[in-house]
Amino acid sequence: MRFYQQELNNYDKVDFGMTERLRFRDPELAKKISKKILKMAPPKDELIKFCHVCGTHEWTITHYGLRSLLPSNIEVIAGPGCPVCIVPAAEIDEAVQIAQKGVVITCFGDVLRVPGSQKSLLEAKAEGADVRIVYGVSDAVRLARAEPKKEFVFFAVGFETTAPTTAVEVLKKTPQNFSFLSSHRLIPPAMELLLGVGDLQIDGFLAPGHVSVIIGMKPYELFPRVYRMPTVVAGFEPIDVLMGIYMLLKQNKEKKPRLENEYSRMVKWEGNTKALKVMDKAFKVVGSNWRGIGRLPNSALKLRKELEAFDANEKFGIHVEQGKDILLGCECHLVIIGKIKPDECPMFMKSCTPQKPVGACMVSSEGTCRVWATTSTRSK
Amino acid sequence: MCLAIPARVISIEGDKAQVDFGQGVLKGVNITLVETKVGGYVLVHAGYAIQTVDEKEALETIDLWNEILSTGIE
Ligand code: SF4
Repeated sequence: MRFYQQELNNYDKVDFGMTERLRFRDPELAKKISKKILKMAPPKDELIKFCHVCGTHEWTITHYGLRSLLPSNIEVIAGPGCPVCIVPAAEIDEAVQIAQKGVVITCFGDVLRVPGSQKSLLEAKAEGADVRIVYGVSDAVRLARAEPKKEFVFFAVGFETTAPTTAVEVLKKTPQNFSFLSSHRLIPPAMELLLGVGDLQIDGFLAPGHVSVIIGMKPYELFPRVYRMPTVVAGFEPIDVLMGIYMLLKQNKEKKPRLENEYSRMVKWEGNTKALKVMDKAFKVVGSNWRGIGRLPNSALKLRKELEAFDANEKFGIHVEQGKDILLGCECHLVIIGKIKPDECPMFMKSCTPQKPVGACMVSSEGTCRVWATTSTRSK
Repeated sequence: MCLAIPARVISIEGDKAQVDFGQGVLKGVNITLVETKVGGYVLVHAGYAIQTVDEKEALETIDLWNEILSTGIE
Protein backbone atom coordinates (compact mmCIF):
# COMPACT_ATOMS: atom_id res chain seq x y z
CA MET A 1 0.00 0.00 0.00
CA ARG A 2 1.12 3.48 -0.61
CA PHE A 3 1.43 4.38 3.04
CA TYR A 4 3.30 1.22 3.78
CA GLN A 5 5.65 2.17 1.02
CA GLN A 6 6.12 5.40 2.88
CA GLU A 7 6.93 3.48 6.03
CA LEU A 8 9.26 1.27 4.04
CA ASN A 9 11.13 4.32 2.85
CA ASN A 10 11.64 5.36 6.45
CA TYR A 11 12.59 1.85 7.37
CA ASP A 12 16.27 2.21 6.59
CA LYS A 13 16.58 5.39 8.56
CA VAL A 14 15.54 4.02 11.92
CA ASP A 15 18.36 3.97 14.36
CA PHE A 16 16.72 1.38 16.48
CA GLY A 17 18.45 0.14 19.60
CA MET A 18 21.89 1.15 18.35
CA THR A 19 22.87 -0.76 15.27
CA GLU A 20 20.29 -3.47 15.66
CA ARG A 21 18.87 -3.02 12.22
CA LEU A 22 22.23 -3.24 10.51
CA ARG A 23 23.07 -6.38 12.39
CA PHE A 24 19.97 -8.03 11.01
CA ARG A 25 21.25 -7.18 7.54
CA ASP A 26 24.86 -8.17 8.14
CA PRO A 27 26.17 -9.70 4.89
CA GLU A 28 28.77 -11.73 6.78
CA LEU A 29 26.13 -13.35 8.93
CA ALA A 30 23.98 -13.92 5.83
CA LYS A 31 26.88 -15.73 4.20
CA LYS A 32 27.39 -17.86 7.28
CA ILE A 33 23.75 -18.92 7.33
CA SER A 34 23.59 -19.62 3.63
CA LYS A 35 26.71 -21.78 3.91
CA LYS A 36 25.01 -23.76 6.65
CA ILE A 37 21.92 -24.09 4.51
CA LEU A 38 23.98 -25.37 1.57
CA LYS A 39 25.63 -27.92 3.84
CA MET A 40 22.33 -29.14 5.15
CA ALA A 41 20.54 -29.26 1.79
CA PRO A 42 19.07 -32.62 0.80
CA PRO A 43 20.46 -34.59 -2.16
CA LYS A 44 19.87 -32.93 -5.53
CA ASP A 45 17.01 -35.19 -6.58
CA GLU A 46 15.02 -34.29 -3.48
CA LEU A 47 12.98 -31.08 -3.64
CA ILE A 48 12.14 -29.19 -0.47
CA LYS A 49 9.42 -26.59 -0.49
CA PHE A 50 8.79 -24.06 2.27
CA CYS A 51 5.82 -21.75 2.20
CA HIS A 52 5.41 -18.30 3.72
CA VAL A 53 2.08 -16.52 3.97
CA CYS A 54 3.08 -12.89 4.12
CA GLY A 55 3.49 -10.18 1.51
CA THR A 56 6.26 -8.59 3.58
CA HIS A 57 8.20 -11.87 3.60
CA GLU A 58 7.89 -12.02 -0.17
CA TRP A 59 9.15 -8.46 -0.34
CA THR A 60 12.24 -9.23 1.76
CA ILE A 61 12.96 -12.46 -0.15
CA THR A 62 12.60 -10.84 -3.55
CA HIS A 63 14.13 -7.48 -2.72
CA TYR A 64 17.30 -8.98 -1.21
CA GLY A 65 17.49 -11.79 -3.77
CA LEU A 66 17.45 -14.39 -1.00
CA ARG A 67 16.31 -17.17 -3.32
CA SER A 68 19.66 -16.91 -5.08
CA LEU A 69 21.39 -17.80 -1.81
CA LEU A 70 19.53 -21.10 -1.60
CA PRO A 71 20.42 -24.34 -3.34
CA SER A 72 18.20 -24.98 -6.36
CA ASN A 73 16.32 -27.80 -4.68
CA ILE A 74 15.11 -25.61 -1.81
CA GLU A 75 12.15 -23.57 -2.91
CA VAL A 76 10.33 -20.86 -0.98
CA ILE A 77 6.82 -20.21 -2.25
CA ALA A 78 4.36 -17.44 -1.42
CA GLY A 79 0.96 -18.40 -0.03
CA PRO A 80 -2.04 -16.13 0.60
CA GLY A 81 -0.20 -13.36 2.44
CA CYS A 82 -1.69 -10.29 0.86
CA PRO A 83 -4.86 -9.22 2.69
CA VAL A 84 -5.83 -6.87 -0.13
CA CYS A 85 -5.50 -9.57 -2.81
CA ILE A 86 -7.86 -11.97 -1.05
CA VAL A 87 -10.74 -9.52 -0.49
CA PRO A 88 -13.47 -11.04 -2.66
CA ALA A 89 -15.10 -8.99 -5.42
CA ALA A 90 -18.42 -9.16 -3.53
CA GLU A 91 -16.95 -7.04 -0.71
CA ILE A 92 -15.55 -4.49 -3.17
CA ASP A 93 -19.04 -4.43 -4.73
CA GLU A 94 -20.54 -3.69 -1.31
CA ALA A 95 -18.14 -0.78 -0.80
CA VAL A 96 -18.92 0.54 -4.30
CA GLN A 97 -22.67 0.30 -3.68
CA ILE A 98 -22.39 2.07 -0.34
CA ALA A 99 -20.26 4.79 -1.98
CA GLN A 100 -22.91 5.20 -4.66
CA LYS A 101 -25.40 6.08 -1.91
CA GLY A 102 -23.40 9.22 -1.26
CA VAL A 103 -21.46 7.78 1.68
CA VAL A 104 -17.75 8.63 1.98
CA ILE A 105 -15.64 5.46 1.78
CA THR A 106 -12.25 5.63 3.50
CA CYS A 107 -9.70 2.92 2.77
CA PHE A 108 -6.01 2.00 2.54
CA GLY A 109 -4.43 3.09 -0.76
CA ASP A 110 -4.05 -0.37 -2.24
CA VAL A 111 -7.72 -1.21 -1.85
CA LEU A 112 -8.65 1.54 -4.30
CA ARG A 113 -7.76 -0.35 -7.46
CA VAL A 114 -8.80 -3.87 -6.46
CA PRO A 115 -11.28 -5.05 -9.08
CA GLY A 116 -14.90 -5.56 -8.07
CA SER A 117 -17.39 -7.47 -10.22
CA GLN A 118 -18.12 -4.40 -12.32
CA LYS A 119 -15.76 -1.76 -11.06
CA SER A 120 -13.12 -0.84 -8.53
CA LEU A 121 -13.48 1.91 -5.92
CA LEU A 122 -11.18 4.02 -8.09
CA GLU A 123 -13.58 3.72 -11.01
CA ALA A 124 -16.47 4.57 -8.70
CA LYS A 125 -14.47 7.62 -7.58
CA ALA A 126 -13.93 8.66 -11.18
CA GLU A 127 -17.71 8.57 -11.58
CA GLY A 128 -18.16 10.93 -8.67
CA ALA A 129 -18.17 8.76 -5.55
CA ASP A 130 -16.34 10.19 -2.54
CA VAL A 131 -13.53 7.69 -1.81
CA ARG A 132 -10.59 8.80 0.35
CA ILE A 133 -7.30 7.16 1.19
CA VAL A 134 -6.29 7.03 4.84
CA TYR A 135 -3.20 5.87 6.70
CA GLY A 136 -5.18 4.04 9.33
CA VAL A 137 -8.60 3.83 10.92
CA SER A 138 -7.95 6.71 13.34
CA ASP A 139 -7.47 9.07 10.39
CA ALA A 140 -10.81 7.95 9.00
CA VAL A 141 -12.52 8.70 12.32
CA ARG A 142 -10.92 12.14 12.34
CA LEU A 143 -12.32 12.87 8.88
CA ALA A 144 -15.79 11.83 10.04
CA ARG A 145 -15.59 14.10 13.10
CA ALA A 146 -14.65 17.04 10.85
CA GLU A 147 -17.71 16.54 8.64
CA PRO A 148 -20.54 15.44 10.93
CA LYS A 149 -23.22 15.93 8.28
CA LYS A 150 -21.76 13.24 6.03
CA GLU A 151 -21.80 9.47 6.54
CA PHE A 152 -18.36 7.80 6.62
CA VAL A 153 -17.43 4.14 6.24
CA PHE A 154 -13.99 2.65 6.92
CA PHE A 155 -13.27 -0.32 4.66
CA ALA A 156 -11.42 -2.45 7.20
CA VAL A 157 -9.06 -4.74 5.28
CA GLY A 158 -6.21 -6.68 6.87
CA PHE A 159 -5.11 -9.72 8.81
CA GLU A 160 -4.72 -10.06 12.59
CA THR A 161 -2.04 -7.35 12.57
CA THR A 162 -4.56 -4.72 11.53
CA ALA A 163 -7.80 -6.02 13.08
CA PRO A 164 -7.01 -4.80 16.63
CA THR A 165 -6.71 -1.21 15.36
CA THR A 166 -10.24 -1.45 13.98
CA ALA A 167 -11.39 -3.02 17.24
CA VAL A 168 -9.98 -0.16 19.33
CA GLU A 169 -11.88 2.43 17.31
CA VAL A 170 -15.15 0.55 17.21
CA LEU A 171 -15.10 0.07 21.00
CA LYS A 172 -14.38 3.75 21.59
CA LYS A 173 -17.17 6.23 21.19
CA THR A 174 -17.06 6.37 17.42
CA PRO A 175 -19.11 9.22 15.94
CA GLN A 176 -22.68 8.46 14.90
CA ASN A 177 -21.85 9.14 11.26
CA PHE A 178 -19.17 6.44 11.19
CA SER A 179 -19.35 2.72 10.47
CA PHE A 180 -17.14 -0.19 9.43
CA LEU A 181 -17.14 -2.57 6.51
CA SER A 182 -15.14 -5.42 8.03
CA SER A 183 -13.07 -7.49 5.61
CA HIS A 184 -10.61 -8.70 8.23
CA ARG A 185 -9.30 -12.23 7.67
CA LEU A 186 -7.41 -14.71 9.82
CA ILE A 187 -4.18 -16.40 8.71
CA PRO A 188 -4.13 -19.84 10.42
CA PRO A 189 -7.23 -21.12 8.54
CA ALA A 190 -5.57 -20.18 5.23
CA MET A 191 -2.43 -22.10 6.24
CA GLU A 192 -4.56 -25.10 7.07
CA LEU A 193 -6.19 -24.90 3.66
CA LEU A 194 -2.80 -24.98 1.92
CA LEU A 195 -2.07 -28.31 3.55
CA GLY A 196 -5.12 -29.74 1.86
CA VAL A 197 -4.13 -28.61 -1.64
CA GLY A 198 -3.27 -31.91 -3.32
CA ASP A 199 -0.04 -31.49 -5.23
CA LEU A 200 1.35 -28.47 -3.35
CA GLN A 201 3.37 -30.66 -0.94
CA ILE A 202 4.77 -28.18 1.51
CA ASP A 203 7.66 -29.19 3.79
CA GLY A 204 7.43 -26.33 6.26
CA PHE A 205 5.80 -23.01 7.13
CA LEU A 206 7.54 -19.70 7.59
CA ALA A 207 4.81 -18.12 9.73
CA PRO A 208 4.21 -14.35 9.50
CA GLY A 209 5.96 -12.31 12.18
CA HIS A 210 3.60 -9.38 12.53
CA VAL A 211 0.41 -11.44 12.55
CA SER A 212 2.15 -13.45 15.28
CA VAL A 213 2.95 -10.30 17.27
CA ILE A 214 -0.81 -10.20 17.89
CA ILE A 215 -1.88 -13.86 17.97
CA GLY A 216 1.29 -15.31 19.53
CA MET A 217 2.56 -18.83 18.93
CA LYS A 218 -0.30 -20.96 20.19
CA PRO A 219 -2.53 -20.86 17.07
CA TYR A 220 0.27 -22.56 15.09
CA GLU A 221 0.66 -25.48 17.48
CA LEU A 222 -1.56 -27.69 15.40
CA PHE A 223 0.74 -27.56 12.37
CA PRO A 224 3.60 -29.60 13.84
CA ARG A 225 1.32 -31.59 16.11
CA VAL A 226 -1.53 -32.58 13.81
CA TYR A 227 0.08 -32.17 10.38
CA ARG A 228 3.73 -32.89 11.33
CA MET A 229 4.64 -29.67 9.59
CA PRO A 230 7.79 -27.78 10.68
CA THR A 231 6.73 -24.23 11.57
CA VAL A 232 8.93 -21.22 12.32
CA VAL A 233 7.66 -17.73 13.09
CA ALA A 234 10.08 -15.33 11.39
CA GLY A 235 10.76 -11.61 11.17
CA PHE A 236 11.36 -9.47 8.12
CA GLU A 237 15.01 -8.56 7.92
CA PRO A 238 17.04 -10.67 5.48
CA ILE A 239 18.81 -12.40 8.37
CA ASP A 240 15.45 -13.23 9.97
CA VAL A 241 14.19 -14.92 6.83
CA LEU A 242 17.42 -16.83 6.17
CA MET A 243 17.57 -17.94 9.78
CA GLY A 244 13.92 -19.04 9.57
CA ILE A 245 14.71 -21.15 6.51
CA TYR A 246 17.73 -22.64 8.26
CA MET A 247 15.59 -23.55 11.29
CA LEU A 248 12.98 -25.19 9.04
CA LEU A 249 15.63 -27.13 7.21
CA LYS A 250 17.11 -28.33 10.47
CA GLN A 251 13.72 -29.56 11.69
CA ASN A 252 13.19 -31.23 8.38
CA LYS A 253 16.51 -33.02 8.47
CA GLU A 254 15.99 -34.17 12.05
CA LYS A 255 12.48 -35.27 11.13
CA LYS A 256 11.29 -33.56 14.30
CA PRO A 257 8.61 -31.06 13.30
CA ARG A 258 8.11 -28.43 15.97
CA LEU A 259 7.06 -24.84 16.48
CA GLU A 260 9.92 -22.36 16.82
CA ASN A 261 10.16 -18.60 17.20
CA GLU A 262 12.88 -16.83 15.24
CA TYR A 263 11.33 -13.41 15.94
CA SER A 264 11.45 -13.53 19.73
CA ARG A 265 12.35 -9.85 19.96
CA MET A 266 8.78 -9.04 18.89
CA VAL A 267 6.69 -12.19 19.22
CA LYS A 268 5.69 -13.51 22.64
CA TRP A 269 4.21 -16.94 23.19
CA GLU A 270 0.88 -15.42 24.29
CA GLY A 271 0.91 -12.67 21.64
CA ASN A 272 -0.39 -9.21 22.51
CA THR A 273 -3.04 -10.08 25.08
CA LYS A 274 -4.39 -6.54 25.20
CA ALA A 275 -4.96 -6.62 21.44
CA LEU A 276 -6.49 -10.07 21.55
CA LYS A 277 -8.92 -8.92 24.23
CA VAL A 278 -10.20 -5.92 22.27
CA MET A 279 -10.44 -8.03 19.13
CA ASP A 280 -12.54 -10.58 20.93
CA LYS A 281 -14.75 -7.88 22.39
CA ALA A 282 -15.40 -6.31 19.00
CA PHE A 283 -15.55 -9.28 16.64
CA LYS A 284 -16.90 -12.76 16.28
CA VAL A 285 -15.19 -15.29 14.03
CA VAL A 286 -17.23 -16.31 10.98
CA GLY A 287 -16.77 -18.30 7.77
CA SER A 288 -16.06 -16.26 4.66
CA ASN A 289 -14.97 -16.18 1.05
CA TRP A 290 -11.39 -15.44 0.02
CA ARG A 291 -10.69 -14.30 -3.52
CA GLY A 292 -9.11 -17.10 -5.48
CA ILE A 293 -9.58 -19.57 -2.66
CA GLY A 294 -13.28 -19.85 -1.91
CA ARG A 295 -15.04 -20.33 1.37
CA LEU A 296 -12.97 -20.95 4.50
CA PRO A 297 -14.64 -21.76 7.81
CA ASN A 298 -13.77 -19.59 10.83
CA SER A 299 -11.58 -17.29 8.77
CA ALA A 300 -13.01 -13.77 9.07
CA LEU A 301 -14.03 -11.21 11.66
CA LYS A 302 -17.51 -9.73 11.83
CA LEU A 303 -18.61 -7.06 14.30
CA ARG A 304 -20.52 -8.49 17.24
CA LYS A 305 -24.29 -8.10 17.35
CA GLU A 306 -24.19 -5.43 20.05
CA LEU A 307 -22.01 -3.29 17.74
CA GLU A 308 -24.37 -3.68 14.79
CA ALA A 309 -25.02 0.06 14.74
CA PHE A 310 -21.44 0.46 13.46
CA ASP A 311 -21.67 -2.36 10.91
CA ALA A 312 -21.93 -0.73 7.48
CA ASN A 313 -23.59 -3.82 5.96
CA GLU A 314 -26.43 -3.50 8.47
CA LYS A 315 -26.54 0.28 8.54
CA PHE A 316 -26.98 0.60 4.78
CA GLY A 317 -28.72 -2.74 4.19
CA ILE A 318 -26.20 -3.88 1.60
CA HIS A 319 -25.19 -7.54 1.30
CA VAL A 320 -23.63 -8.90 -1.88
CA GLU A 321 -23.49 -12.69 -1.83
CA GLN A 322 -21.52 -13.50 -4.97
CA GLY A 323 -19.09 -11.52 -7.07
CA LYS A 324 -16.84 -12.12 -10.03
CA ASP A 325 -13.47 -12.78 -8.45
CA ILE A 326 -11.15 -13.79 -11.26
CA LEU A 327 -11.10 -12.30 -14.73
CA LEU A 328 -10.69 -14.57 -17.71
CA GLY A 329 -7.01 -15.38 -18.24
CA CYS A 330 -5.84 -14.11 -14.83
CA GLU A 331 -4.14 -16.81 -12.79
CA CYS A 332 -4.40 -15.03 -9.44
CA HIS A 333 -6.17 -18.00 -7.89
CA LEU A 334 -3.07 -20.12 -8.56
CA VAL A 335 -0.58 -17.40 -7.56
CA ILE A 336 -2.41 -16.82 -4.26
CA ILE A 337 -1.99 -20.41 -3.11
CA GLY A 338 1.59 -20.62 -4.36
CA LYS A 339 0.82 -23.13 -7.08
CA ILE A 340 2.40 -21.06 -9.83
CA LYS A 341 4.88 -18.21 -9.82
CA PRO A 342 3.81 -14.87 -11.28
CA ASP A 343 5.89 -15.29 -14.43
CA GLU A 344 4.06 -18.52 -15.18
CA CYS A 345 0.92 -16.48 -15.84
CA PRO A 346 0.78 -15.70 -19.58
CA MET A 347 -0.36 -12.16 -18.85
CA PHE A 348 2.49 -11.28 -16.46
CA MET A 349 4.18 -8.07 -17.63
CA LYS A 350 2.39 -8.37 -20.96
CA SER A 351 -1.25 -7.39 -20.58
CA CYS A 352 -0.90 -7.20 -16.78
CA THR A 353 1.54 -4.65 -15.37
CA PRO A 354 1.71 -2.47 -12.24
CA GLN A 355 0.51 0.44 -14.38
CA LYS A 356 -2.41 -1.56 -15.79
CA PRO A 357 -3.07 -4.40 -13.38
CA VAL A 358 -5.56 -7.09 -14.31
CA GLY A 359 -5.69 -9.15 -11.14
CA ALA A 360 -5.65 -8.22 -7.46
CA CYS A 361 -2.17 -9.78 -7.07
CA MET A 362 -0.76 -7.06 -9.33
CA VAL A 363 -2.71 -4.25 -7.65
CA SER A 364 -1.45 -4.40 -4.12
CA SER A 365 2.18 -3.61 -3.36
CA GLU A 366 2.13 -6.79 -1.26
CA GLY A 367 0.67 -8.93 -4.03
CA THR A 368 3.10 -11.56 -5.30
CA CYS A 369 2.78 -10.45 -8.94
CA ARG A 370 3.36 -6.83 -7.98
CA VAL A 371 6.40 -7.64 -5.81
CA TRP A 372 7.94 -9.62 -8.68
CA ALA A 373 7.10 -6.93 -11.20
CA THR A 374 8.71 -4.12 -9.23
CA THR A 375 11.90 -5.74 -7.99
CA SER A 376 14.88 -5.79 -10.28
CA THR A 377 17.11 -7.93 -8.07
CA ARG A 378 14.57 -10.72 -8.28
CA SER A 379 15.88 -14.21 -8.69
CA LYS A 380 13.34 -16.84 -9.41
CA MET B 1 0.42 -4.90 4.38
CA CYS B 2 1.32 -6.23 7.78
CA LEU B 3 4.43 -4.11 7.64
CA ALA B 4 5.30 -2.65 11.01
CA ILE B 5 8.19 -0.41 11.90
CA PRO B 6 9.97 0.11 15.22
CA ALA B 7 10.06 3.63 16.59
CA ARG B 8 11.16 5.34 19.80
CA VAL B 9 8.62 6.95 22.10
CA ILE B 10 9.37 10.66 22.55
CA SER B 11 6.37 11.81 24.58
CA ILE B 12 3.07 10.43 25.81
CA GLU B 13 -0.28 12.11 26.28
CA GLY B 14 -3.19 9.87 27.22
CA ASP B 15 -3.50 7.13 24.62
CA LYS B 16 -1.39 9.04 22.08
CA ALA B 17 2.37 9.17 21.76
CA GLN B 18 4.84 11.03 19.58
CA VAL B 19 7.29 8.51 18.20
CA ASP B 20 10.55 8.92 16.31
CA PHE B 21 11.08 6.72 13.27
CA GLY B 22 14.68 7.89 13.06
CA GLN B 23 16.36 10.96 11.63
CA GLY B 24 13.65 13.17 12.99
CA VAL B 25 10.71 11.52 11.24
CA LEU B 26 8.11 12.08 13.97
CA LYS B 27 4.59 10.77 14.03
CA GLY B 28 1.65 10.61 16.43
CA VAL B 29 0.55 7.06 17.15
CA ASN B 30 -2.12 5.45 19.29
CA ILE B 31 -0.70 3.40 22.16
CA THR B 32 -3.90 1.81 23.54
CA LEU B 33 -2.67 -1.68 22.66
CA VAL B 34 0.67 -1.56 24.49
CA GLU B 35 2.25 -0.62 27.82
CA THR B 36 5.14 1.66 27.06
CA LYS B 37 7.12 4.57 28.44
CA VAL B 38 9.09 7.51 27.12
CA GLY B 39 12.37 6.25 25.67
CA GLY B 40 11.02 2.76 24.98
CA TYR B 41 10.67 1.23 21.53
CA VAL B 42 7.35 0.23 19.98
CA LEU B 43 6.39 -1.53 16.77
CA VAL B 44 4.08 0.71 14.74
CA HIS B 45 1.47 -0.50 12.26
CA ALA B 46 -1.10 1.75 10.55
CA GLY B 47 -0.83 4.44 13.19
CA TYR B 48 -0.96 2.11 16.18
CA ALA B 49 1.75 0.73 18.42
CA ILE B 50 1.07 -3.01 18.35
CA GLN B 51 3.94 -4.26 20.50
CA THR B 52 6.73 -3.07 22.74
CA VAL B 53 10.12 -4.10 21.41
CA ASP B 54 12.23 -6.30 23.59
CA GLU B 55 15.60 -4.58 23.15
CA LYS B 56 17.53 -7.01 25.28
CA GLU B 57 16.11 -9.92 23.33
CA ALA B 58 16.99 -8.16 20.06
CA LEU B 59 20.58 -7.71 21.08
CA GLU B 60 20.91 -11.23 22.36
CA THR B 61 19.31 -12.88 19.34
CA ILE B 62 22.18 -12.26 16.96
CA ASP B 63 24.78 -13.39 19.47
CA LEU B 64 22.81 -16.55 19.94
CA TRP B 65 22.66 -17.16 16.22
CA ASN B 66 26.35 -16.59 15.77
CA GLU B 67 26.89 -19.13 18.46
CA ILE B 68 24.56 -21.69 16.88
CA LEU B 69 26.10 -21.13 13.48
CA SER B 70 29.67 -21.52 14.64
CA THR B 71 29.05 -24.82 16.39
CA GLY B 72 29.05 -28.01 14.40
CA ILE B 73 25.45 -28.88 15.25
CA GLU B 74 23.35 -29.52 12.20
S1 SF4 C 1 0.14 -11.46 -13.67
FE1 SF4 C 1 -1.80 -10.32 -13.53
S2 SF4 C 1 -3.26 -11.58 -14.60
FE2 SF4 C 1 -1.52 -12.90 -14.11
S3 SF4 C 1 -2.02 -13.82 -12.12
FE3 SF4 C 1 -0.85 -11.99 -11.70
S4 SF4 C 1 -2.42 -10.42 -11.37
FE4 SF4 C 1 -3.45 -12.12 -12.43
